[in-house]
Amino acid sequence: MTDKIRIATTSLAGCFGCHMSFLDIDERLLELIEHVEFDRSPLTDIEHCGSCDIGLIEGGVCNSENVHVLREFREHCKILVAVGACAINGGLPAMRNFVPLEECLNESYMTGIGIENPQIPNDPELPLLLDKVRPIHEIVKIDYFLPGCPPSADVFWKFLTDLLAGQEPSLTYELLRYD
Amino acid sequence: MTQTFMLDGLAIPFEDGQTIMEAAIAAGHYIPHLCYHPDFTPYGSCKLCNVNVNGKICAACTFPAMAGQTVISESEEQNRDRQRITQMLFVEGNHFCPSCEKSGNCQLQGVAYHLKMTDDHFNHQFPHREIDASHPDILIDFNRCIFCALCVRASQEEDGKAVFAISGRGINKRLIINSDSGQLKDSELTVNDRATHICPTGAILIKHTAYQVPIGDRQFDHHSISEVSMDQDSSAP
Repeated sequence: MTDKIRIATTSLAGCFGCHMSFLDIDERLLELIEHVEFDRSPLTDIEHCGSCDIGLIEGGVCNSENVHVLREFREHCKILVAVGACAINGGLPAMRNFVPLEECLNESYMTGIGIENPQIPNDPELPLLLDKVRPIHEIVKIDYFLPGCPPSADVFWKFLTDLLAGQEPSLTYELLRYD
Repeated sequence: MTQTFMLDGLAIPFEDGQTIMEAAIAAGHYIPHLCYHPDFTPYGSCKLCNVNVNGKICAACTFPAMAGQTVISESEEQNRDRQRITQMLFVEGNHFCPSCEKSGNCQLQGVAYHLKMTDDHFNHQFPHREIDASHPDILIDFNRCIFCALCVRASQEEDGKAVFAISGRGINKRLIINSDSGQLKDSELTVNDRATHICPTGAILIKHTAYQVPIGDRQFDHHSISEVSMDQDSSAP
């Protein structure tokens, strides 16, 4: 075992854009992996979160599985971070909050243009949708928030290097963006 | 002899009849605000300009400057309150910056950046509000209205039309349009009205003008609202 900082990441009701932006730190990744190693993350394919120092959550909560994953992260991560607009306020997926869920499902699977063999999916393997998409701070305690759609690579870098240096993370005016 | 009051430890001169906000702006000091505009009658609704005056919290845009006042604006306490107020404004409407064409030029967003707001703190209400796209030149997205009543005042005081009013109370409060149908297309509003251009958020938008300024060149991309607002407010008549 090393004494590296362990980071877990996941995308709930997100588009993976925040993860792509994280990877945009480019060659700084090499410097980062000197100090950190990744636990559960789309980058590692580890399925369940072990004990971690930092958990990065992209996306809001739109279904039952999102809730379970979010709670697993909260249980295992010392510091839990809401990454991006969707994690912070529901973002684009939350725009379905103004349409009743039944109407959303009907439009998508029953009456929408070009649908063949219309049926609403009901396989027990599928997580149930929540009636509204929720930001993650409404479900569990969140320690830090990185706004942006997505947060820029520099935001990830500034935040993680601040934490690794043992100082309170802070974003400059230019790095704090909601779009 | 010039009369003065103390603002954050600095002597601020004022003339009789000036509010704390007017005197502060004239002396080059920014106090965060959204519903205040130097061209229109103060309204005192957004409470972002709340300051501590001799131990009492007052809206700087409506409270008269008086000799001997000790006013505290830039304290941790005041700015924490302002951040909470801004967060309430965000959660009681539907403010999705990435999909709003006002992003980068929005004063609600600008104030939130200024206050270093990174989250919305409260539970989101996700209220159901409509869009009025009936007018050929102007669109209203009620999701983004913060009830600052600047359009109400601009229409009455400058355009002489009274196109807008605020109706209802509390969570039922909403912006209404003065026309038989209640729709914008049947109102007297035109694209050249001051009321069309005064909205601090993306609630009132002029059609066919979206996204013309690239990211990086927008109002608040590099300059805090404290700088932008001082330039604009102090150049007003």
